Amino acid sequence: MSFPWLTTLLVLPLVGALVVSLLPKGSALVRPVALGTALLTLAVGIGTATQFRVGGGAGGERFQLTEVYSWIPQFGVSYALGVDGISLSMILLGLVLVPICIVAAWDDVPAVGRRQHAYFALMLALTSMMVGVFAAIDVFLFYVFFEAMLIPVYFLIGVFGGSRRARAATSFLLYSLAGGLVMLVAVIGVYLAGPRGTDGFLLSNLTGLDLSVEAGRWLFVGFFIAFAIKAPMWPVHTWLPLAAEQARPATSVLLVGVLDKVGTYGMIRFCLTLFPEASQWATPVILALALVSLFVGAFLAIGQTDMLRLISYTSISHFGFIVLGIFAFTTVSQTGATLYMVNHGFTTAGLFLVAGMLIVRRGSRDLRDFGGWQRVTPLVAGALFVSGMSGLALPGLNSFVSEFLVIVGTFGRHPWLGVISAIGVILAAVYILVMYQKVATGPRPTGPDVEDVRDMSGREKWVVAPIIAAFLVLGFYPKPVLDLLEPAVQQTLQTVGISDPAPAVDTAANHSTEGSDH
Amino acid sequence: MSVHDLSHGLATVSLATAEHAGGTSAVHATQAGGVASAGWLLVALPLLGAAVLLLGGRTTDRWGPALATGLSWASFGVGVAIIAQLTGLAPEERSLTVPLWDWVSVGDLSLSAGLLLDPLSLAFVMLITFVGSLIHVYSLGYMADDPDKRRFFAYLNLFVAAMLILVLADSYLLLFVGWEGVGLASYLLIGFWNYNPDYAAAANKAFVVNRVGDVGLITAMAIMLATFGALDFATVHGNAGGAGDLTLTLIGLALLLGACGKSAQFPLQSWLGDAMAGPTPVSALIHAATMVTAGVYLIARSQAIYDLTPDARLVVAVVGAITLLYGAFVGCAKDDIKKALAASTMSQIGYMMLAVGLGPVGYLYAIFHLVTHGFFKANMFLGAGSVMHAMGNRVDMRRFGALRADIKITWLTFMAGWLAIIGVPFTAGWYSKDFIIETAFAEPGWRGWVFGGVALLGAGITAFYMSRLFFMTFFGKARWHEDAHPHESPLLMTVPMMVLALGSLVLGAVLYPTGIITGWLEPVFGHAEHGEPLIPVLAIQILAFVLLLAGAGLAWVMYVRSDVPRTAPHGSALTRAARRDFYQDDVNEALFTSPTMTLARTSVEADSVLVEGTVTGGTTGGLNGLSRVLRRTQNGFVRSYALTMLLGVVAILGAVWVMQ
Repeated sequence: MSFPWLTTLLVLPLVGALVVSLLPKGSALVRPVALGTALLTLAVGIGTATQFRVGGGAGGERFQLTEVYSWIPQFGVSYALGVDGISLSMILLGLVLVPICIVAAWDDVPAVGRRQHAYFALMLALTSMMVGVFAAIDVFLFYVFFEAMLIPVYFLIGVFGGSRRARAATSFLLYSLAGGLVMLVAVIGVYLAGPRGTDGFLLSNLTGLDLSVEAGRWLFVGFFIAFAIKAPMWPVHTWLPLAAEQARPATSVLLVGVLDKVGTYGMIRFCLTLFPEASQWATPVILALALVSLFVGAFLAIGQTDMLRLISYTSISHFGFIVLGIFAFTTVSQTGATLYMVNHGFTTAGLFLVAGMLIVRRGSRDLRDFGGWQRVTPLVAGALFVSGMSGLALPGLNSFVSEFLVIVGTFGRHPWLGVISAIGVILAAVYILVMYQKVATGPRPTGPDVEDVRDMSGREKWVVAPIIAAFLVLGFYPKPVLDLLEPAVQQTLQTVGISDPAPAVDTAANHSTEGSDH
Repeated sequence: MSVHDLSHGLATVSLATAEHAGGTSAVHATQAGGVASAGWLLVALPLLGAAVLLLGGRTTDRWGPALATGLSWASFGVGVAIIAQLTGLAPEERSLTVPLWDWVSVGDLSLSAGLLLDPLSLAFVMLITFVGSLIHVYSLGYMADDPDKRRFFAYLNLFVAAMLILVLADSYLLLFVGWEGVGLASYLLIGFWNYNPDYAAAANKAFVVNRVGDVGLITAMAIMLATFGALDFATVHGNAGGAGDLTLTLIGLALLLGACGKSAQFPLQSWLGDAMAGPTPVSALIHAATMVTAGVYLIARSQAIYDLTPDARLVVAVVGAITLLYGAFVGCAKDDIKKALAASTMSQIGYMMLAVGLGPVGYLYAIFHLVTHGFFKANMFLGAGSVMHAMGNRVDMRRFGALRADIKITWLTFMAGWLAIIGVPFTAGWYSKDFIIETAFAEPGWRGWVFGGVALLGAGITAFYMSRLFFMTFFGKARWHEDAHPHESPLLMTVPMMVLALGSLVLGAVLYPTGIITGWLEPVFGHAEHGEPLIPVLAIQILAFVLLLAGAGLAWVMYVRSDVPRTAPHGSALTRAARRDFYQDDVNEALFTSPTMTLARTSVEADSVLVEGTVTGGTTGGLNGLSRVLRRTQNGFVRSYALTMLLGVVAILGAVWVMQ
């Protein structure tokens, strides 16, 4: 038996969380242990990645590093973990962002009582849930993680958030629960339609079922609603702005940057894989919703005065791009969409965490309280600008590659949708530049508010540097990630049964005729 | 190859057809060896400068600007060495590629990054690095007292690097990196003094309007990928003949939209005037000599496509003709010396656009005019900067006058630019602009009369507004503010002006009669000669000269012989419209800005109803009920949650048990 890499990734942060919460009151070790655990998990994550064979396992199986054990055989539930390129990249994204978030959240909670213990233990517990939800290849196990990860997020927002934290946490929980319950029905439904038995919930046992058209569509809708809420897509996005506004920026990064990807990930993994016919049936509506999300999210971002809300609305717009790419069903668009899921994690991290640095300094989230900060904290303002450039998909930075692939990939199937989505890049320029303009430009502010404000600290540099490095590496050399994602995407498209549109002009043939002319 | 001197009336009829599209594909690019294989240094050197200055912090304050200037010159040196290598090759072999790395490969798509070193890209390399380096030197003086001087030079280097990526890319995708990269540098430099809110707004405007154009470029790339499955010039241009007419026309129009944004052509011209908020060296380098000509480059580079789509090409020419007149009229009405020059830039790029829209015969003259314009316009912008330097950073020409005595070098160098742009025979501008006018007249039928007429009329107006600018600044009576004490700029500033002034005078004579420019660019564009113009070439030249005298003479009467009012008179309706750029901002405001903001405001209002509504549990039925249930448990949501979960699990287990 090979080393249980994925279980290790799942257990390590939980152990860390336990250790952190058992530390004595006032211990100075809380944060170092938390960070150490996160870094150790990341190291194991990198180890896991080296075990992964790009382009498919030895036997061409879809999932690698699998661990399958019977869990509740009476109900067909297995403890089954495994990853393909998409889930592995999401796990790695999460594992990279967690230590960054811990460093960013270093001073979020004072070391009074056990609050700091709880804060960091919850973050580690969340890490574990994150690994589980992306690695589960048993549909019921996925559901368990899908619901279980709500708990740490609920407390992170509800206990450590801003003044309206209770309301924000409730709204988040209600929405997620509602989606989760709908999905639960579908989860049971698909099980019942499958072979059942002691491992009836295994994804592999539920793929390629001969469902009736109607059943397939109902089940698809059940899953899709939950994922649309999670993503979130318009019009079920309304929990996000409040949650992002009230949560600590580090929480928001993990929530919006990683956990929300469960929505788009779930669409690919479950909606498309389990219900290929229904996926194609629902495509027109979903493409329309994706475009609406893209534009409404952008307009909402343009109109915001709350920095954190603004960033959460840009995410809704970006999720519109991602869903568009998934449901355009071309290798290019879907690889672009999955790459976007990775890139968006870094972009969001940059925006939320740097905004957090500004908010701590100014004591306000309101853009109208800023102005001229390029001359108060040039480095923080510069980091905001670079993150913003990533947000508007400047070529050379990470998001560009994915956004471009989504647009041109979509164009290959639906030319008009491709062109319309391209208009989104103008709106992205507007919301990012207007935000930067309000925060950073204008005369240098004076008065007691800004006199003692210091520019970026050493700790904050450690937060920003890896994020900007990721922008550049993924912008200029996305190849390793693309190589990881593409085989998984092609397998998904194969399952759905859709092939890519071919170029109108056969360039290879043209070369040969050109040669014969001479 | 022969030197075809059109000014001697040797033009022969040779209708340019698709054969000339072979211009690019006939030259088969080979992988570079020798110095050329290190062509990436052209980009890497200034990029390194930008990185060192931005990341190095205050420690680089002292030597950073000098380093940036040195690296820009080093890039020029590499360019010269590569040109030397290329001239050693047979003309049809002067196209070398420098593969860089496998950038984006998905499915059948393989988009790698690489450079293309050919006569066209190297002509731009020379213009960018030579004029760019001179402007670096000038900036050492101009920005000497600015506290953020280091940041300024970092951005300048960033711009040079991005602009070089733009012209050296071997594919549309890498070109786009440079394309938005120069947009970024332009944004940063327009907003360099963004403590002034108006300047920050001007920077935003430039970026956003450019993004409108970029949608065109993205669309063009999407069509190319759907049609050819590739974005590299070799594949796209080599296979253009296999694509349908409609496809090619759409690609052509989409590329043109991109070109209009970057080159401030109608209808995306509105940002350029505001862009004068940037420090004057920036206006000279980015918003006159190099970046704004990128649209012309894009279309010239895409020759293989435009040669196959006469419709799209006609639109290019029309856009050029409209902007040519638009810029000229606006130039007549502006009192701000920089804005008048910006309008003139628009108009001159209109000439270039018109020329590339005329097909194979026009490409060469467009690039020729682009190069000479790069010299004489940069020269005049630097001159304007020197004037501002002398006059306490004021820009209102109504408060200048009689400056020729106090800033003699500035006056003389500016005069060289003035002579060139109005097209005094044998100056650089005369060579390049007259050819465009002649070529325009050689178009068949109504097009010849319209384009030729517009080009000729534009020359006359140019003579008027540039003379107006020149006379209002250096001649007439001194209308200075009381605190003005004009003084000549330091040598760091005046030497670059002198070099550019020399170029303004002799560059045409050096490049054209010797056959250098035609011989150099012919392998790219193919050999093409325009047909017999509708009126004889000599007549066109005489007409152009007469219009020049008329325009300049009118300006002399109005601005030297008569007193210039210190505040602008009310003016005619036309003047008032031109002063306001023919209401471009009002139109954009009404059509785009205002609807966007209304939409944003409405969505925010609607959304907050939705958000607050669902949060308080007041709207949707299901959530409402659920939240009420949860509220009823009232002893904290934790327990409610656990309860729900528990109920859920029990429900499942029960269901499964029943089924089994």
